[in-house]
Amino acid sequence: MDSAPSTDRIGYLPDRDQTLMKIVVTGPFAVGKTTFIRTLSEIPTLHTEEVMTQASAPHDDLVGVPGKTTTTVATDFGRLTLADDLVLYLFGTPGQHRFLPLWQDIARGALGALVLADTRRLDHSFEVMDLVEEQGLPYVVAVNTFPESPHHPDEVLRKHLDLHPGTPLLQLDARERSGCARALVALSEHVLARLPEDDRTAPEDRP
Amino acid sequence: MKPPPGRRLVPAYLVTGGRAAPADRRAAGYDRLAILTRSDSTPSDRFGQEHHRLWRLLRPGPLTLVECAAHLRLPVSAAVFLAADLVESGHLHIRPPVPPAQRIDRTLVERLLVGLRALH
Ligand SMILES: Nc1nc2c(ncn2[C@@H]2O[C@H](COP(=O)(O)OP(=O)(O)OP(=O)(O)O)[C@@H](O)[C@H]2O)c(=O)[nH]1
Ligand SMILES: [Mg+2]
Repeated sequence: MDSAPSTDRIGYLPDRDQTLMKIVVTGPFAVGKTTFIRTLSEIPTLHTEEVMTQASAPHDDLVGVPGKTTTTVATDFGRLTLADDLVLYLFGTPGQHRFLPLWQDIARGALGALVLADTRRLDHSFEVMDLVEEQGLPYVVAVNTFPESPHHPDEVLRKHLDLHPGTPLLQLDARERSGCARALVALSEHVLARLPEDDRTAPEDRP
Repeated sequence: MKPPPGRRLVPAYLVTGGRAAPADRRAAGYDRLAILTRSDSTPSDRFGQEHHRLWRLLRPGPLTLVECAAHLRLPVSAAVFLAADLVESGHLHIRPPVPPAQRIDRTLVERLLVGLRALH
Protein backbone atom coordinates (compact mmCIF):
# COMPACT_ATOMS: atom_id res chain seq x y z
CA MET A 1 0.00 0.00 0.00
CA ASP A 2 2.16 2.79 -1.25
CA SER A 3 -0.24 5.63 -0.92
CA ALA A 4 1.43 8.62 -2.45
CA PRO A 5 -1.36 11.13 -2.74
CA SER A 6 -2.42 11.94 -6.25
CA THR A 7 -0.73 15.24 -6.94
CA ASP A 8 -3.28 16.40 -9.53
CA ARG A 9 -5.35 18.56 -7.27
CA ILE A 10 -2.68 19.84 -4.95
CA GLY A 11 -2.14 23.57 -4.98
CA TYR A 12 1.61 23.89 -5.33
CA LEU A 13 3.37 27.13 -4.61
CA PRO A 14 5.00 28.96 -7.49
CA ASP A 15 8.72 28.46 -7.81
CA ARG A 16 9.75 31.96 -6.82
CA ASP A 17 10.53 33.83 -3.64
CA GLN A 18 7.43 34.49 -1.60
CA THR A 19 6.74 35.76 1.87
CA LEU A 20 4.36 33.54 3.78
CA MET A 21 2.47 35.08 6.67
CA LYS A 22 0.06 33.50 9.08
CA ILE A 23 -2.96 34.40 11.11
CA VAL A 24 -4.44 32.17 13.79
CA VAL A 25 -8.21 31.61 13.73
CA THR A 26 -9.25 30.45 17.15
CA GLY A 27 -12.21 30.16 19.48
CA PRO A 28 -14.17 27.64 21.48
CA PHE A 29 -15.48 24.32 20.18
CA ALA A 30 -17.80 24.50 17.14
CA VAL A 31 -17.76 28.28 16.91
CA GLY A 32 -17.06 28.28 13.17
CA LYS A 33 -13.26 28.24 12.84
CA THR A 34 -13.19 25.66 10.07
CA THR A 35 -16.08 27.34 8.30
CA PHE A 36 -14.28 30.70 8.38
CA ILE A 37 -11.13 29.22 6.86
CA ARG A 38 -13.07 27.28 4.23
CA THR A 39 -14.90 30.46 3.22
CA LEU A 40 -11.69 32.30 2.45
CA SER A 41 -9.17 29.64 1.45
CA GLU A 42 -8.14 29.28 -2.18
CA ILE A 43 -7.21 25.63 -1.61
CA PRO A 44 -9.46 22.94 -0.14
CA THR A 45 -8.99 23.18 3.61
CA LEU A 46 -6.25 20.86 4.84
CA HIS A 47 -5.69 19.46 8.26
CA THR A 48 -3.01 17.85 10.35
CA GLU A 49 -3.36 15.78 13.47
CA GLU A 50 -0.87 16.00 16.26
CA VAL A 51 -0.58 13.55 19.11
CA MET A 52 -0.11 15.28 22.40
CA THR A 53 0.80 13.64 25.61
CA GLN A 54 0.28 15.09 29.02
CA ALA A 55 0.84 13.98 32.55
CA SER A 56 -2.44 13.05 34.17
CA ALA A 57 -3.28 13.24 37.83
CA PRO A 58 -1.88 10.23 39.67
CA HIS A 59 -4.48 7.58 40.40
CA ASP A 60 -4.36 5.39 43.46
CA ASP A 61 -5.14 2.34 41.41
CA LEU A 62 -2.21 2.97 39.13
CA VAL A 63 0.57 3.28 41.65
CA GLY A 64 3.91 3.03 39.93
CA VAL A 65 2.43 3.54 36.50
CA PRO A 66 3.43 6.91 35.10
CA GLY A 67 0.22 8.82 34.56
CA LYS A 68 -0.02 9.81 30.94
CA THR A 69 -2.81 10.48 28.57
CA THR A 70 -2.58 11.18 24.90
CA THR A 71 -4.97 13.25 22.87
CA THR A 72 -5.10 13.81 19.18
CA VAL A 73 -5.65 17.39 18.30
CA ALA A 74 -6.59 18.41 14.79
CA THR A 75 -5.81 21.76 13.31
CA ASP A 76 -6.98 22.85 9.93
CA PHE A 77 -5.60 25.47 7.67
CA GLY A 78 -6.07 27.24 4.39
CA ARG A 79 -4.22 29.61 2.16
CA LEU A 80 -4.83 32.89 0.43
CA THR A 81 -2.50 34.39 -2.19
CA LEU A 82 -2.74 38.17 -1.89
CA ALA A 83 0.02 39.24 -4.28
CA ASP A 84 2.56 37.48 -6.49
CA ASP A 85 4.99 37.32 -3.63
CA LEU A 86 2.64 37.38 -0.65
CA VAL A 87 0.67 34.45 0.76
CA LEU A 88 -1.43 34.39 3.89
CA TYR A 89 -2.04 31.13 5.76
CA LEU A 90 -4.97 30.78 8.13
CA PHE A 91 -4.54 28.27 10.94
CA GLY A 92 -7.61 27.09 12.83
CA THR A 93 -6.53 26.31 16.35
CA PRO A 94 -8.60 25.07 19.29
CA GLY A 95 -8.74 27.64 22.04
CA GLN A 96 -8.32 25.38 25.04
CA HIS A 97 -5.44 25.97 27.37
CA ARG A 98 -4.53 22.29 27.46
CA PHE A 99 -3.37 22.60 23.85
CA LEU A 100 -0.80 25.21 24.83
CA PRO A 101 2.28 23.53 23.29
CA LEU A 102 0.55 23.25 19.94
CA TRP A 103 -0.68 26.78 20.32
CA GLN A 104 2.76 28.15 20.94
CA ASP A 105 4.09 26.32 17.95
CA ILE A 106 1.42 27.70 15.66
CA ALA A 107 1.42 31.20 17.15
CA ARG A 108 5.15 31.63 16.70
CA GLY A 109 5.66 34.21 14.01
CA ALA A 110 1.93 34.80 13.52
CA LEU A 111 0.77 38.30 12.71
CA GLY A 112 -2.20 38.09 15.00
CA ALA A 113 -5.28 36.13 15.93
CA LEU A 114 -8.94 36.22 15.10
CA VAL A 115 -10.96 35.09 18.11
CA LEU A 116 -14.42 33.80 17.22
CA ALA A 117 -17.25 33.96 19.72
CA ASP A 118 -20.87 32.81 19.92
CA THR A 119 -23.39 34.95 21.83
CA ARG A 120 -24.94 31.83 23.39
CA ARG A 121 -21.71 31.23 25.28
CA LEU A 122 -19.57 34.33 25.28
CA ASP A 123 -17.80 33.17 28.42
CA HIS A 124 -16.32 30.26 26.43
CA SER A 125 -14.20 32.80 24.60
CA PHE A 126 -12.57 34.11 27.78
CA GLU A 127 -10.09 31.26 27.98
CA VAL A 128 -9.20 31.82 24.34
CA MET A 129 -8.65 35.53 24.82
CA ASP A 130 -6.41 34.82 27.81
CA LEU A 131 -4.42 32.35 25.76
CA VAL A 132 -3.96 34.80 22.90
CA GLU A 133 -2.94 37.59 25.25
CA GLU A 134 -0.41 35.32 26.95
CA GLN A 135 1.15 34.66 23.56
CA GLY A 136 1.41 38.40 23.03
CA LEU A 137 -0.58 38.25 19.80
CA PRO A 138 -2.67 41.21 18.68
CA TYR A 139 -6.24 40.06 18.12
CA VAL A 140 -9.74 41.06 17.14
CA VAL A 141 -12.92 39.38 18.32
CA ALA A 142 -15.50 38.34 15.74
CA VAL A 143 -18.92 37.22 16.86
CA ASN A 144 -20.19 34.51 14.53
CA THR A 145 -23.88 35.25 14.14
CA PHE A 146 -25.67 31.92 14.18
CA PRO A 147 -29.39 32.38 13.41
CA GLU A 148 -30.40 30.75 16.69
CA SER A 149 -28.04 32.93 18.74
CA PRO A 150 -29.41 36.11 20.32
CA HIS A 151 -28.35 39.29 18.60
CA HIS A 152 -26.80 42.11 20.64
CA PRO A 153 -25.43 45.51 19.75
CA ASP A 154 -21.63 45.86 19.76
CA GLU A 155 -21.54 47.88 22.98
CA VAL A 156 -23.35 45.16 24.89
CA LEU A 157 -21.05 42.50 23.50
CA ARG A 158 -17.96 44.53 24.35
CA LYS A 159 -19.18 44.85 27.89
CA HIS A 160 -19.95 41.14 28.25
CA LEU A 161 -16.63 40.20 26.76
CA ASP A 162 -14.87 42.73 28.95
CA LEU A 163 -12.99 43.94 25.89
CA HIS A 164 -10.22 46.47 26.09
CA PRO A 165 -11.39 49.62 24.24
CA GLY A 166 -8.50 49.19 21.80
CA THR A 167 -9.51 45.66 20.80
CA PRO A 168 -11.68 45.67 17.68
CA LEU A 169 -14.97 43.77 17.71
CA LEU A 170 -17.07 42.81 14.75
CA GLN A 171 -19.93 40.52 13.82
CA LEU A 172 -19.91 38.21 10.84
CA ASP A 173 -21.36 35.10 9.28
CA ALA A 174 -18.50 32.64 8.87
CA ARG A 175 -20.08 31.27 5.69
CA GLU A 176 -20.05 34.63 4.00
CA ARG A 177 -16.95 35.85 2.24
CA SER A 178 -17.08 39.61 2.55
CA GLY A 179 -17.62 39.59 6.32
CA CYS A 180 -14.72 37.16 6.77
CA ALA A 181 -12.49 39.30 4.58
CA ARG A 182 -13.52 42.37 6.57
CA ALA A 183 -12.49 40.62 9.78
CA LEU A 184 -9.00 40.01 8.40
CA VAL A 185 -8.81 43.64 7.29
CA ALA A 186 -9.74 44.75 10.81
CA LEU A 187 -7.11 42.46 12.29
CA SER A 188 -4.41 43.64 9.88
CA GLU A 189 -5.24 47.28 10.57
CA HIS A 190 -4.99 46.55 14.26
CA VAL A 191 -1.60 44.87 13.73
CA LEU A 192 -0.43 47.78 11.62
CA ALA A 193 -1.40 50.31 14.28
CA ARG A 194 0.88 48.55 16.73
CA LEU A 195 3.91 48.29 14.43
CA PRO A 196 6.62 50.91 14.77
CA GLU A 197 7.34 53.24 11.88
CA ASP A 198 9.63 51.59 9.34
CA ASP A 199 13.17 52.48 10.16
CA ARG A 200 15.66 51.50 7.50
CA THR A 201 18.58 52.19 9.82
CA ALA A 202 17.29 49.86 12.51
CA PRO A 203 19.87 47.31 13.54
CA GLU A 204 19.49 44.13 11.54
CA ASP A 205 19.73 40.83 13.24
CA ARG A 206 23.03 40.16 11.55
CA PRO A 207 25.81 39.24 13.94
CA MET B 1 -2.09 28.91 35.88
CA LYS B 2 -3.94 25.66 35.37
CA PRO B 3 -1.81 23.44 33.12
CA PRO B 4 1.14 21.51 34.48
CA PRO B 5 4.41 22.33 32.74
CA GLY B 6 6.45 19.93 30.70
CA ARG B 7 3.97 18.73 28.13
CA ARG B 8 5.29 18.38 24.65
CA LEU B 9 4.44 17.01 21.27
CA VAL B 10 5.42 13.40 20.98
CA PRO B 11 7.68 12.60 18.06
CA ALA B 12 6.05 10.14 15.73
CA TYR B 13 8.06 7.03 16.58
CA LEU B 14 6.27 4.91 14.05
CA VAL B 15 7.51 6.73 11.00
CA THR B 16 10.85 7.83 12.36
CA GLY B 17 12.06 4.52 13.75
CA GLY B 18 12.40 5.88 17.23
CA ARG B 19 15.26 8.28 16.60
CA ALA B 20 14.14 11.28 18.54
CA ALA B 21 17.11 13.04 20.03
CA PRO B 22 19.34 14.18 17.16
CA ALA B 23 16.42 14.92 14.89
CA ASP B 24 14.79 16.96 17.62
CA ARG B 25 17.76 19.21 17.73
CA ARG B 26 18.24 19.35 13.98
CA ALA B 27 14.63 20.09 13.29
CA ALA B 28 14.19 22.66 16.02
CA GLY B 29 14.48 25.52 13.56
CA TYR B 30 11.94 24.14 11.13
CA ASP B 31 8.90 26.33 10.83
CA ARG B 32 5.67 24.68 9.74
CA LEU B 33 5.56 27.22 6.95
CA ALA B 34 9.11 26.49 5.78
CA ILE B 35 9.05 25.89 2.02
CA LEU B 36 10.37 22.61 0.65
CA THR B 37 11.65 22.20 -2.91
CA ARG B 38 13.26 19.20 -4.59
CA SER B 39 16.83 19.20 -5.76
CA ASP B 40 17.88 17.22 -8.84
CA SER B 41 19.23 14.07 -7.24
CA THR B 42 16.94 11.15 -6.46
CA PRO B 43 17.18 9.68 -2.96
CA SER B 44 18.57 6.17 -2.84
CA ASP B 45 16.89 3.09 -1.39
CA ARG B 46 18.63 3.68 1.88
CA PHE B 47 15.77 6.06 2.59
CA GLY B 48 12.53 4.57 3.72
CA GLN B 49 9.19 4.56 2.02
CA GLU B 50 7.99 7.62 3.91
CA HIS B 51 10.96 9.63 2.68
CA HIS B 52 10.18 8.62 -0.87
CA ARG B 53 6.54 9.59 -0.45
CA LEU B 54 7.60 13.07 0.57
CA TRP B 55 10.02 13.21 -2.34
CA ARG B 56 7.34 12.19 -4.83
CA LEU B 57 4.82 14.63 -3.39
CA LEU B 58 7.14 17.50 -4.18
CA ARG B 59 7.73 16.54 -7.80
CA PRO B 60 5.34 19.12 -9.31
CA GLY B 61 6.49 22.05 -7.19
CA PRO B 62 7.20 23.55 -3.76
CA LEU B 63 4.98 23.14 -0.71
CA THR B 64 5.20 24.19 2.89
CA LEU B 65 6.07 21.63 5.52
CA VAL B 66 2.57 21.73 7.00
CA GLU B 67 1.01 21.14 3.59
CA CYS B 68 3.32 18.16 3.06
CA ALA B 69 2.25 16.80 6.44
CA ALA B 70 -1.42 17.21 5.56
CA HIS B 71 -1.14 15.59 2.12
CA LEU B 72 0.89 12.70 3.51
CA ARG B 73 -1.44 12.40 6.52
CA LEU B 74 1.40 12.71 8.97
CA PRO B 75 1.77 14.82 12.09
CA VAL B 76 3.85 17.90 11.38
CA SER B 77 6.51 16.60 13.75
CA ALA B 78 6.93 13.49 11.60
CA ALA B 79 7.09 15.46 8.36
CA VAL B 80 9.82 17.58 9.96
CA PHE B 81 11.97 14.50 10.58
CA LEU B 82 11.59 13.26 7.03
CA ALA B 83 12.32 16.68 5.59
CA ALA B 84 15.34 17.17 7.84
CA ASP B 85 16.83 13.88 6.62
CA LEU B 86 16.35 14.79 2.97
CA VAL B 87 17.63 18.31 3.45
CA GLU B 88 20.71 16.96 5.16
CA SER B 89 21.35 14.56 2.30
CA GLY B 90 20.89 17.34 -0.24
CA HIS B 91 17.72 15.95 -1.84
CA LEU B 92 15.50 18.76 -0.65
CA HIS B 93 16.02 22.48 -0.27
CA ILE B 94 14.32 24.36 2.49
CA ARG B 95 13.73 28.06 2.81
CA PRO B 96 12.11 30.06 5.60
CA PRO B 97 8.60 31.51 5.17
CA VAL B 98 9.96 35.01 5.31
CA PRO B 99 13.01 35.52 3.06
CA PRO B 100 16.05 36.58 5.10
CA ALA B 101 16.15 40.03 3.49
CA GLN B 102 12.46 40.63 4.21
CA ARG B 103 10.97 41.74 7.50
CA ILE B 104 7.44 41.82 8.84
CA ASP B 105 7.23 45.59 8.80
CA ARG B 106 4.61 48.21 8.01
CA THR B 107 5.28 48.07 4.29
CA LEU B 108 4.55 44.37 4.24
CA VAL B 109 1.40 44.61 6.36
CA GLU B 110 0.19 47.50 4.21
CA ARG B 111 0.59 45.30 1.13
CA LEU B 112 -1.27 42.54 2.93
CA LEU B 113 -4.10 44.99 3.58
CA VAL B 114 -4.30 45.99 -0.07
CA GLY B 115 -4.73 42.32 -0.95
CA LEU B 116 -7.33 41.72 1.76
CA ARG B 117 -9.38 44.79 0.86
CA ALA B 118 -9.53 43.57 -2.71
CA LEU B 119 -11.23 40.36 -1.56
CA HIS B 120 -14.66 41.75 -0.92
N1 LIG C 1 -25.76 29.48 10.73
C1 LIG C 1 -24.46 29.44 10.79
N2 LIG C 1 -23.87 28.26 10.98
C2 LIG C 1 -22.52 28.22 11.03
C3 LIG C 1 -21.75 29.40 10.91
N3 LIG C 1 -20.46 29.06 11.04
C4 LIG C 1 -20.42 27.75 11.24
N4 LIG C 1 -21.64 27.21 11.23
C5 LIG C 1 -21.99 25.81 11.47
O1 LIG C 1 -21.60 25.50 12.81
C6 LIG C 1 -21.00 24.22 12.91
C7 LIG C 1 -19.59 24.32 13.47
O2 LIG C 1 -18.77 25.03 12.59
P1 LIG C 1 -17.22 24.68 12.39
O3 LIG C 1 -16.71 25.62 11.37
O4 LIG C 1 -17.01 23.24 12.18
O5 LIG C 1 -16.67 25.08 13.83
P2 LIG C 1 -15.22 24.83 14.43
O6 LIG C 1 -14.96 25.98 15.32
O7 LIG C 1 -14.24 24.56 13.36
O8 LIG C 1 -15.49 23.54 15.28
P3 LIG C 1 -14.41 22.57 15.99
O9 LIG C 1 -13.22 22.52 15.09
O10 LIG C 1 -15.13 21.28 16.12
O11 LIG C 1 -14.14 23.21 17.31
C8 LIG C 1 -21.03 23.66 11.50
O12 LIG C 1 -22.15 22.83 11.40
C9 LIG C 1 -21.17 24.89 10.61
O13 LIG C 1 -21.84 24.59 9.42
C10 LIG C 1 -22.44 30.64 10.69
O14 LIG C 1 -21.84 31.71 10.59
N5 LIG C 1 -23.79 30.60 10.65
MG1 LIG D 1 -12.89 22.91 13.17
